[in-house]
Amino acid sequence: MTEATEIALTVNGEVHRVTVPPRKLLSDVLRDDLGLTGTHVGCEHGTCGACTIWVDGAPTRACLIFAVQMAGHALTTIEAFAGDPLTPLQQALHELHGLQCGFCTPGIVMTVEAWLKDNPDPSEAEIRDVLSGNLCRCTGYHNIVRAVAAAARRMRPAVGA
Amino acid sequence: MKPAAFVYHGARSIDEAVALLASHGDDAKLLAGGQSLVPMMNMRLAQPRHVIDINNIAQGDAIALDGDRLVLGALVRHEAVARSALVRTRCPILAAAAASIGHYAIRTRGTLGGSLAHADPAAQLPLIMTLLDAALEARSVRGSRMVGAAQFFTGVFATALAPDELLTTVQVPCLPTGAGWGFRLMSRRVGDFAIAAAAATVTLDTDGGIDTVRAALGGVEATPVSLGGLGAAQRGHSPDRAWSAALAKSFVAARQPLDDPRVPAVYRRELAEVLLTRALDDAVVRARGGSP
Ligand SMILES: Cc1cc2nc3c(=O)[nH]c(=O)nc-3n(C[C@H](O)[C@H](O)[C@H](O)COP(=O)(O)OP(=O)(O)OC[C@H]3O[C@@H](n4cnc5c(N)ncnc54)[C@H](O)[C@@H]3O)c2cc1C
Ligand code: FES
Ligand code: FES
Repeated sequence: MTEATEIALTVNGEVHRVTVPPRKLLSDVLRDDLGLTGTHVGCEHGTCGACTIWVDGAPTRACLIFAVQMAGHALTTIEAFAGDPLTPLQQALHELHGLQCGFCTPGIVMTVEAWLKDNPDPSEAEIRDVLSGNLCRCTGYHNIVRAVAAAARRMRPAVGA
Repeated sequence: MKPAAFVYHGARSIDEAVALLASHGDDAKLLAGGQSLVPMMNMRLAQPRHVIDINNIAQGDAIALDGDRLVLGALVRHEAVARSALVRTRCPILAAAAASIGHYAIRTRGTLGGSLAHADPAAQLPLIMTLLDAALEARSVRGSRMVGAAQFFTGVFATALAPDELLTTVQVPCLPTGAGWGFRLMSRRVGDFAIAAAAATVTLDTDGGIDTVRAALGGVEATPVSLGGLGAAQRGHSPDRAWSAALAKSFVAARQPLDDPRVPAVYRRELAEVLLTRALDDAVVRARGGSP
């Protein structure tokens, strides 16, 4: 069917029923149909990283997935990180001026929150490498790199910072 | 930047996927990680009428050891290849190549089968498959066949797969014990497709001379190219810097590099020579137990 079909999407633990055509990108369904506008859209071909969300816990470009593919998968968006208090990463981005306009920030948070779980003690080169997948037109990256390093330090048990 | 309309099919098994391919043929596209197909659909460079999603095929992403070969499902994601303890110990050059693809959030989704079927001339995984002479299994309703990497890649974005065939598994020979490896690529920005890449493996004899050497280049010609017979002629050579430079020079001299306005053939040729020399040097260092 090229026509709209009803699917159940599990986003941030909540099940939503939406009626969407197969060609509709997940990024557009999150924003237009579910009103979750924290997921940003920059390039729609996978390079800018602004649309990065989690599919079953793995950071993924929402602009390169069709919403119809996502029945039965657990999606997590930046809205899951909108609570109080901020996470150590968000707190470090805030303190160290890791954002200016904030357009890139949701994608950076979704990428790095997941990445730090597998890379708790990253080198600066590794941090720069992972950030290569998220374009930031404002900061020049230095403060984002510092914030990720600080967050990693604070999150490591018994080390503190 | 929105894709054209299509009919979505969620395949639950390989049988279901090949049956759908058989009935829709040229009008259909398999959808794996979508990291190449969906950008092309968003830009309307691809407008398939039917999209067959193979992500939910059970066991499609298994990684196993069968004797001295790794058997990888076509749906194994690049990040899983890069992180797999089995791949890292038995075929570290494959893990390193996978870790260098695109960005983290691309690797978590893009698949081995998708990269091989897409056949970008500069892509990492086709290069490694060519280097190691991997065997690729293609399935259709007509049956299953094995295709060697040397026969699989036929041109820029072109493979030996028929329109009704699906890649199911890839068998990759493990590196022999004691083998050293080198993998070098050059891209203008981290995460961009490489301009060119070189891969090499070396084993040494008891006197420290060359026992075996394999090498391959990506991004130079329309498909990855391997050293082939030139490798056998290296036996017994002393693997110093002059050796690697001379071997790279003679291998690259016989190539017909791609030529385009942004990357002229002359640059590609010089780059390939440098990358291959360094990949060979890295392989020798590792074969001696060091780390480059
Ligand atoms: C920003 C960005 C950067 C990237 N950088 C790199 C890079 O540096 N190096 C690199 O190698 N790649 C890079 N890629 C591409 C990435 O590796 C893709 O994952 C890969 O090329 C295609 O795999 P896929 O699973 O996403 O396939 P898809 O996009 O789903 O499919 C690609 C093609 O293969 C076909 N196909 C898929 N699976 C099968 C199968 N099992 N059998 C038969 N046909 C099949 C599809 O029909 C389609 O024609 C990048 C992508 C992006 C978005
Ligand atoms: S909008 Fe998805 S990567 Fe740019
Ligand atoms: S803060 Fe503006 S794009 Fe990154």
